[in-house]
Amino acid sequence: MSVAQKCETALGWRSDRSAWVSRGVRLLLCVGAVLFFTGPLLTIFSGAFDDNPDPTQLSLVPDNPSLDNFRAAGENRIWHYLGNSLIIAGGALLLQLSVSVFAAYALARKKFRGQAIVLLAVLTTMMLPEEVIAIPLSLVIGDLPVLHVSLKGTLLGVILPLGAWGFSIFVMTEFMKEIPVEIEEAATVDGAGELRIFAQIVLPLCKPALGVVAVFGFTMIWEQYLLPLIVATDPSDYTLTVALLSLRSDDQVGPGIVLAGALLALVPSLLVYLSLQKSFLRGITTGAIKG
Amino acid sequence: MTAVRTAGEDVGAAANGGGAVGSHPVGRRRKRRLTSVTPWLFLAPALLLFVVFKYVPMAEGVRLSLFQVRPFLGDLFVGLDNYVRILGDDRFQAAIGRTFLLAAGQTLGSMLIGFALALLLEGHARSLWFVRSAVFLPVVAATAVIGEIWRLLYYPAPEGFVNTVLSFVGLGPVAFLDSPDSALWSVMAVGIWKGAPYDMVLILAGLAGIDRQQYEAAEIDGASTWHRIRYVTLPALRPVVTILLTLAAIRGLRTFTEVYVLTGGGPAGSTDVWMTRVFSVAFERNELGIASAGSVLLFLITFALTVTVQLYRRRKA
Repeated sequence: MSVAQKCETALGWRSDRSAWVSRGVRLLLCVGAVLFFTGPLLTIFSGAFDDNPDPTQLSLVPDNPSLDNFRAAGENRIWHYLGNSLIIAGGALLLQLSVSVFAAYALARKKFRGQAIVLLAVLTTMMLPEEVIAIPLSLVIGDLPVLHVSLKGTLLGVILPLGAWGFSIFVMTEFMKEIPVEIEEAATVDGAGELRIFAQIVLPLCKPALGVVAVFGFTMIWEQYLLPLIVATDPSDYTLTVALLSLRSDDQVGPGIVLAGALLALVPSLLVYLSLQKSFLRGITTGAIKG
Repeated sequence: MTAVRTAGEDVGAAANGGGAVGSHPVGRRRKRRLTSVTPWLFLAPALLLFVVFKYVPMAEGVRLSLFQVRPFLGDLFVGLDNYVRILGDDRFQAAIGRTFLLAAGQTLGSMLIGFALALLLEGHARSLWFVRSAVFLPVVAATAVIGEIWRLLYYPAPEGFVNTVLSFVGLGPVAFLDSPDSALWSVMAVGIWKGAPYDMVLILAGLAGIDRQQYEAAEIDGASTWHRIRYVTLPALRPVVTILLTLAAIRGLRTFTEVYVLTGGGPAGSTDVWMTRVFSVAFERNELGIASAGSVLLFLITFALTVTVQLYRRRKA
């Protein structure tokens, strides 16, 4: 702790009591920063619970709190859209976690012919912006190679393309490399098979990495916009985030309903972030510096 | 091709080393075959999904960019004609210019504000952790949601939220998204607002890596705060800044959601960017060949950018 106290910051902020002027300035600036970055999000909360929010009078606290917006939003199928979003998020996240754990196990714990090419293939997908392949992807989803099945208008059409993500495979691989080989060798001597080593030794040791990959995976899936838009054949296939735009363009729908929808779309990502923020912020730094 | 061969040799050598535990020739052979199949079984789901949803579309995109796509009539090979047409298109040229402006503005703006935030919030105190987590919230919120919120905040009347705030300091009212003069800048501001906290986290990590003795030495030499930042902090942050510039530039070039949600490219096409242009050419005008050519060009630029920066970084290191 004494080391932390002595550590000086670039601007030379001090934590001793004598420097109250600089502490006051810093406090003010911090309050300003928090307001600037959270204020716009807070207006969603107040507007969603305000019985008749007017875009000219958005505020940080509702004037007249009620749940009317959510009731009206329910009539506009908001729960259906939320359901679509949650099924996609759950399904795609589960798929993504299992796919990355399997792939990482092979990449980190095995040596095989062609390993370098596979690694390169994974890295290439990370350099390929999703937006760039959106148009041909929509054709592929409409007519899968070999099977010739169309996934258009199905939730599976959004889930499957999100199932393999280079970033989560990469993070998982880096983490699995750190597990000492001796543990595995001991298990082999004891006669454990491949699947047992994977399921009972490597997998449990990966729990911390699974947390990081899950937060990033969820954020990436929840952020999806173009993919659900091109997979959908009609508005009932929309995810909540995509539906917000069509709700807004509807003249019958007031800003209160859009705000209620926006709040419902915001809360899951906030919950996931707030519950795992430490590993999230740490993950950003390691992920970006290694990538 | 050389990379392939070296990889094969590496792996071959490693397999020999690993397999030479002195067992029977037969047992050894069986074991080796087993170990060479298992990795592929574990990799199969990932590779299958990548091939179907990344590589096939990528190849298909390149192919389409060389054809005039005609449903029911069969595609017509047109060579590089699509590229010529899209590069010669006025609206697309304007969109390219705007994309670069938007990417540059968002990248630099986020970096500057992120740097200022990082300097402000550097430290170990618990309260700073709280402030950092709160400031980071815009990064986690989905872009589409943020777009909807800012549309309402940007309400183009004196009573609108941002205009009310501006009036406190004697500015405004501004039409924001409703005027071709201010729409692109308004979109840029939202991008900076969402991007700055992300940059802050990476810069904070960079600041944490700076040797404190350098600060002490600077103090003994009588350096001012400005000098300390100029000669100790900024040089130490150079690697982080390079990463941030690449990441943000790529993110900026492929911008789609925020523009689509905030303005849909309007008013009067004043915020149309590369990807929104490609999107409308593909799905509104149904010219898949031309749209694919636009996508392939964007990919080539982002790819070239990444590779250049990586090579530059490697040479420095």
